[in-house]
Amino acid sequence: MKKYLLKRIAISIVTLLAILIILFLMLEFMPGSPFNDEKLTADQIALLNAKYGLDKPVMIRFFNYVKNMLTGDFGVSYTISKNTPISQLLQSRLPISVRIGGQAVLLGTVIGLILGIIAALKHNTIWDTLTTIISVLGVSLPSYVFALALSYSLGFKLQWFPLLYDMANPLRSSVLPTISLCMFTIATVARFTRTEMLEVLGSDYMLLAESKGISGFQLIVKHALRNALIPIITVLAPLIVGLMTGSLVIEKIFSIPGIGSLLVTAIQANDYNVILALSFIYSAMYIGIMLVVDILYGVIDPRIRLAKGDKHE
Amino acid sequence: MNKQNEKIMFAEDDFELLHGDSISQMDENYSSQSYWRDVWHRFIRNKGAVIGFLCIVLIILLAIFAPHWNEYTYDSQIITNQNLAPRVQGLEKFGIFDGSESMSTSTGEVEVNKYISQDGAETGLEDTYYWFGSDVLGRDIFTRTWIGTRISLYIALAAVLIDMLFGLSYGLISGYFGGAVDNVMQRFAEVLNGIPSLVIVTLLIIVLKPGLLTITFSLMITGWIGMNRIARAQMLKLKEQEFVLASRTLGAPNFMIIFKEILPNIFGQIITNTMFSIPNAIFTEAFLAFIGLGVPAPMASLGSLISEAFKSFTTHPYMIIPPIIVLAVLMLSFNLLADGLRDAFDPKMKEM
Repeated sequence: MKKYLLKRIAISIVTLLAILIILFLMLEFMPGSPFNDEKLTADQIALLNAKYGLDKPVMIRFFNYVKNMLTGDFGVSYTISKNTPISQLLQSRLPISVRIGGQAVLLGTVIGLILGIIAALKHNTIWDTLTTIISVLGVSLPSYVFALALSYSLGFKLQWFPLLYDMANPLRSSVLPTISLCMFTIATVARFTRTEMLEVLGSDYMLLAESKGISGFQLIVKHALRNALIPIITVLAPLIVGLMTGSLVIEKIFSIPGIGSLLVTAIQANDYNVILALSFIYSAMYIGIMLVVDILYGVIDPRIRLAKGDKHE
Repeated sequence: MNKQNEKIMFAEDDFELLHGDSISQMDENYSSQSYWRDVWHRFIRNKGAVIGFLCIVLIILLAIFAPHWNEYTYDSQIITNQNLAPRVQGLEKFGIFDGSESMSTSTGEVEVNKYISQDGAETGLEDTYYWFGSDVLGRDIFTRTWIGTRISLYIALAAVLIDMLFGLSYGLISGYFGGAVDNVMQRFAEVLNGIPSLVIVTLLIIVLKPGLLTITFSLMITGWIGMNRIARAQMLKLKEQEFVLASRTLGAPNFMIIFKEILPNIFGQIITNTMFSIPNAIFTEAFLAFIGLGVPAPMASLGSLISEAFKSFTTHPYMIIPPIIVLAVLMLSFNLLADGLRDAFDPKMKEM
């Protein structure tokens, strides 16, 4: 376990370092310099370079860069909002994205679990078929299809929910984005839960538990669900990837002022600094979550070691 | 005696002859079939997979031939014919696809038909038919949809090739040689896998221009890692087997063992996994196109069509429907086909 843990942490650190190197190189080789004003003389540029530490060797500049990134100093935005520190831009946006993403994960997991359990308990009935259809649809359709369908029907035609995100009314206006984001989660979780539950329900220890007289709710939750839950943790990582990419589109459709829509705007406006900062944040979040999921997996199920974890996609 | 005789008296219709298949209990052991025939039979029995396969074939045919079916091309703009609702010859007489659409104005919903004017004036469009309607620049959505489908199919093909060329060889070689080679190769893959593909695509787009090439590149960088794992796991399972040892004893070079001895034995898993990576790749393209990083205009892809039509989807919802339906059917079909192939190749993996 200890070896596995160390290995996972080492890989995460190397990955983060690799990303930092790539980002730094992109910054280095990007055409243009911050001081390309024609009025500046060579001496003045040299002075400015010295002031901002740009005359130092590459290694030192790299370490400065790493230090800045890790302390949250991402520099200033060039085009989106001129000379605003990026950390300031993020301050209001990050919580919104995290909240909507969190809502989607929570709602998706709960609904997915319920659907999966029902499908497994009522195996080969209409409920089972219904769950299978929902999960195939949820996996197959991009989240923006759901978003468009929902905003057209519930938002535009029926006017139950606002079409656009409203800062004054965050709960009501985040209903549609959350639902469209969590469809993929529902589908994946339901599918896995169903498979795992069927396997657990057919096992000998369930037969034993049943013959001991344990029944109903307790049997399902305490004996079946607990064991079925373990492999479901493995699908969390791909789900989070799905949420990250999904959030870009969803935030654009509902004009949510989160980091996803910021990235889209930054790409379209060629705002390098913002793109690099957001790339770093996305990577750091992703690596952190993957690490937590992997460690959690090892802690919850001691049978699983790296060798076995490799097989799961 | 009499009593007993009575007991065994039977009426004529007490018994009847059994007919047909109910008599002969067929033995379940039938002559051995080849692996591929077995797979074929299991596949054919899976209705969803067959339907998915037929849909894919249909979409491929439409993508090849449909853009030539009318006089419009994907980039010909006829400014006078903009925002026309779908109109199809024949069907217009039944009141559907007759070119009318409901517009919500300040005075309420109005039914508008831009092809035929209500007051009898000439519009010049009486003989014009846009099967799926026309967009804001007066381009034919029918042609554009099928041209856009070609992009998605190209991406599917690219995903297959990348899986086969990169992922497969990488995983097989890594698994076969093991030890330090395996360690280095797998750690590299893990580090690469730790970078979200979203970030890779974003950074690539800064360096290159948005377009098909960039999308293909980003698929090349991240698309093969899943396949690498499958191929490696299979290789680890098979490489200690006797037939590999026999081949090695006979002096077969490593290259031969990997690609001639082991590869044919894991072909099922490879095909299944490839099929699963296709919808992912199509999804990536559609996603990039939607946020404006897809193929540059006037070229169309399903994602960029959806993205364009999204801007006016509350006023002209017919524009967004064809690309969404084609995309949805395509994704669904590939998923169903992949599910079916997985069950056909490996019935043990079937989700009960």
